[in-house]
Amino acid sequence: MSRVQNVIVGTARSALSWVPAQWLPGGTPDPLIGRHGEIGRQASRIDGEIKVRGEARFAAEVAMDGLCYATLVHSTIARGRIARLDSTAAETAPGVLLVVTHRNMPKVASPSLVSMSDPTAVGNSDLPILQDDRVHYNGQVVAAVVAATQEQADHAATLIAIDYEAAQAETRFGQAKSGARIIPSLLIERNHLSFGKAERELARAPHRVDNLYRTQWQNHNAIELHALTAAWVGDRLTVHDTTQMIAGEAAALAKAFGIPRDQVQVLSPFVGGGFGGKGMWDHQIVAVAAARMVGRPLRLQLSRESVYRIVGGRSATEQRVAIGADADGCFTALLHDGWSVMPPYGACPEAYTLGTRSAYRAKSFEILQRHIDIAVVPNTFMRAPGEAIGTFALESAVDELAHNLAMDPVELRLRNMPDKHPITGAPFSQHAQDQAWRDGAARFGWEQRAAKPGTRREGEWRIGMGCGGGSFPYVRMPGAAVRLTVRRDGTATLACSGQEMGMGTATVVVQQVADRLGLPLSAVTVEIGDSALPAAPMAGGSSQTVSIAAAVLAAAEKLPAELLRLAGNSSPLSGLRAGEVRMEGEGLASASEPARRETFRAILSRANLEEVSVTASGTPPLEMLKFAMHSTAAMFCELRVSDVTGEIRVDRLLGSFDCGTILNPRTAASQFRGGMIMGLGLALTEETLLDERSGRIMNPTLADYHVPVHMDVPQIDVIWTDIPDPRSPLGARGIGEIGITGIAGAVANAVFNATGKRVRDLPITLDKLL
Amino acid sequence: MTPVTYLRADSSAAAIALGAADGHRLLGGGTNLIDLMRKGVEQPAVLVDVSGLAAPITEAADGSLVIGAAARNSDVAAHPLVRARYPMLARAILAGASAQIRNMATVGGNLMQRTRCVYFADAAGSRCNKRVPGSGCDALGGFTRYHAILGASPACIATHPSDMAVALVALDARLHLAGADGVRSVALANFHQLPGDSPEVETMLAPGEMILAVELPPVQPMRSTYRKVRDRASYAFALVSVAAGIVVEDGRIADVRIAVGGVAAKPWRAARAEASLRDGPASVEAFVQAAQAELAQADPLPGNAFKVQLAERTLVAVLTDLAGGDA
Repeated sequence: MSRVQNVIVGTARSALSWVPAQWLPGGTPDPLIGRHGEIGRQASRIDGEIKVRGEARFAAEVAMDGLCYATLVHSTIARGRIARLDSTAAETAPGVLLVVTHRNMPKVASPSLVSMSDPTAVGNSDLPILQDDRVHYNGQVVAAVVAATQEQADHAATLIAIDYEAAQAETRFGQAKSGARIIPSLLIERNHLSFGKAERELARAPHRVDNLYRTQWQNHNAIELHALTAAWVGDRLTVHDTTQMIAGEAAALAKAFGIPRDQVQVLSPFVGGGFGGKGMWDHQIVAVAAARMVGRPLRLQLSRESVYRIVGGRSATEQRVAIGADADGCFTALLHDGWSVMPPYGACPEAYTLGTRSAYRAKSFEILQRHIDIAVVPNTFMRAPGEAIGTFALESAVDELAHNLAMDPVELRLRNMPDKHPITGAPFSQHAQDQAWRDGAARFGWEQRAAKPGTRREGEWRIGMGCGGGSFPYVRMPGAAVRLTVRRDGTATLACSGQEMGMGTATVVVQQVADRLGLPLSAVTVEIGDSALPAAPMAGGSSQTVSIAAAVLAAAEKLPAELLRLAGNSSPLSGLRAGEVRMEGEGLASASEPARRETFRAILSRANLEEVSVTASGTPPLEMLKFAMHSTAAMFCELRVSDVTGEIRVDRLLGSFDCGTILNPRTAASQFRGGMIMGLGLALTEETLLDERSGRIMNPTLADYHVPVHMDVPQIDVIWTDIPDPRSPLGARGIGEIGITGIAGAVANAVFNATGKRVRDLPITLDKLL
Repeated sequence: MTPVTYLRADSSAAAIALGAADGHRLLGGGTNLIDLMRKGVEQPAVLVDVSGLAAPITEAADGSLVIGAAARNSDVAAHPLVRARYPMLARAILAGASAQIRNMATVGGNLMQRTRCVYFADAAGSRCNKRVPGSGCDALGGFTRYHAILGASPACIATHPSDMAVALVALDARLHLAGADGVRSVALANFHQLPGDSPEVETMLAPGEMILAVELPPVQPMRSTYRKVRDRASYAFALVSVAAGIVVEDGRIADVRIAVGGVAAKPWRAARAEASLRDGPASVEAFVQAAQAELAQADPLPGNAFKVQLAERTLVAVLTDLAGGDA
């Protein structure tokens, strides 16, 4: 995230703007786009049955002989040092094998902070892990206990006595603002953008809104707790982990423990929810070190409280959004700036202004994020980091402007739809958010919305409708590799170290391999979740499916040449070159004379081979730099607010999406709904209670941290445009994070429509409506 | 969790004998005590499981209903006599926790549950006068959304979390307490203690005593309900709850009973509101006056002042609703 990076990315972008599109990946649209095959069908999850049977083994369920168990001890001060640590009672407690503290922890370098340029840099914090007596935040790991049973380890952990020498620490968001710093870039985007003279345009705009919005601290709450089972055999390390970054973690562990990369195997076939929280944190390093020290396989499953203490969540933010508009409602100025937390030892810039840059056309822009340092567990990526909360501020502001203009909020948005990237001028690869708005509004019955707030009621309940736009950038990670194998028995297998976190990744891989090879679904299997397989990128940024798809495409382009070579002169395909054949009907066929064909079985039988494999990597993702590529959404909400108590009950949600080809309607709809429910949590119920006096999280339980329960979740309708993106593999864009974006805005706007009260700080709890 | 010896009592006499010793605690459904043991807040040496004791729900000769302390919350809520005569109690129970927890939790355990103050629960990192008498209270000046607006003290601002108890107090329930010296009967309204200088003393239960049963006196037919206001639709503790019953005869209030939850260290019988209403008109103005009379005693904290207004509004809405239909 340096100035140098800004220059490199900027230079690449301007160079690519001169390169003809057909020279780039996606220049020729993927041949699978528009073909009717398994892609686009509602295939059942291939792992559904073993999950329902309880046979899927998660990281904390792997059986091993001689397994021992670990528990973490956390600091109770925000900053300072350990003055006294007495572990005598713990060491002599029943079953205890080892107490790890800074006094006996081996020297281990912390993983490098997450970086866009280095796929092995996967750390969320670069603070030393049990390397010294210093404490940097409340909840930091200060010791670990290893015992023969989990219960013994848990008990012994309570026997460790620690006295701290506390140091002055800034733990208050408001106080820290004065020391905010400005970093040059947010991921691959430039931080500060100034286009036109936005403040001046705002000042002279006939219509304007200019307000502050606040969003809360949030924590990750995947149902599956963070857990790993680690075993050393000599200098070989096997780790069963629940992770979104198998390959990156294997590389990082090899580096941290000074062993060759090929001596580390990370296995993570199933992940019980990730959402950005299942990356590298201190617990993996502690557990792997402790397993080596104790000489036995070791399991560390974090308690829910430990997850809150050492796995960061979403930073609180304070955002200013101002919009100036002319008499017709066309935006003349769009300003978005604010503050969020990023401690110097953290890596997540919480890029809440990213979505604003491409959402609407405007004559001028002024965008800037400031980062503050307070002593807390480093915040991290949490489902649609940035966009989830940035769209709350932006879409609330648009709604406020529509109200001032006495204009329908959907109409105001349509009036300001961009036809190219509003700042860079880059062409959209495909963009039909306007259609998503119109389709959504029609299906939702938006015309029933009362323009005047507070006018619809049923008994004590005031009823309102609101909408909000959502957006998430297309990301394809470089470096995805896959191995594609076709066998003599007519089956095929795709192997890569990808991550299945419940979204349906493996299912969609099977679908596309079937289509690429002309095989039935039943003939295709997939191997993922193992670092010994060709390296897939991490599952993050809603990028995994297209990243793998590009590599599958590359492998499928290599395979015909291999097969033709094996087919030999007695094959009906003899004499054809790779570019002259297609894979269809379970084999190869001449593109111009479809009667000339031969099955994979026949080719491999004649060649007397069991199988043929090709390994390939996806092309560099240059399309991201040349085109403006975004998944977008239009969200609609109807809710009721009690006049008596201020309680909110959401009655209906609708998400209308423009995300390219929808590869599997069943798994996609599930991801959309899940994101929208998480959006409800952001809007209405979730909040980490970070006590600013101590920097301590006070509600580290699912009883006290309120995720929406079933009764909070209404009927959710999901529709999509299903227009392929001609620049992406399969015509697809990411769908994992877009679902949460726009929801908080739609809810806040519906609350305003119901009550006439504008709530600009999340979550919208009943006290704000009394 | 600290290692603990687990014993099972096969009679209440055995439970009293076993439970009297220092460091011994009675165990009902365990839905609160076990959580607190996991957090290190409770560290009993011996658990005496009383959840298997007989827990009949029987009608006495005078028409009262006697509920054994080991009765499951879900069984009480589903009992035909409870549903017919004390619907507010059934509603209150069903407003609490989750179906799974209600299936485990016992009536006695529900009354003995501890506050959900997050500073009380944080044995490792926060001060609490209830947990360690005299150590200080980190809730003061901290997150007070779920804390008391009535009857608190500088030593403690915690609330009692039970929904069931709020309805029981409104219904004039009595407790049968058994100890080495025999059985005594006390009003539930007097059972839980306000914190004063000794917030660690939460009930009038003497050492070695246990709750044997809850007795509900007969009530005349009345319109009653339980309304719970909370931060999500289910599985959250009350910010404010109201248990109320009302009998209106010829436009005048012949009988009224009101208790408020989520506002104090005990289920709060709204005696002032009741007094202001009794024999008066069943009008919205009267309800507003009654609610204000009750909440005039409130002493809110920064962070929970809204609960005063919330309690007033909820009281008025509940009473208006109850008075609106046929009595």
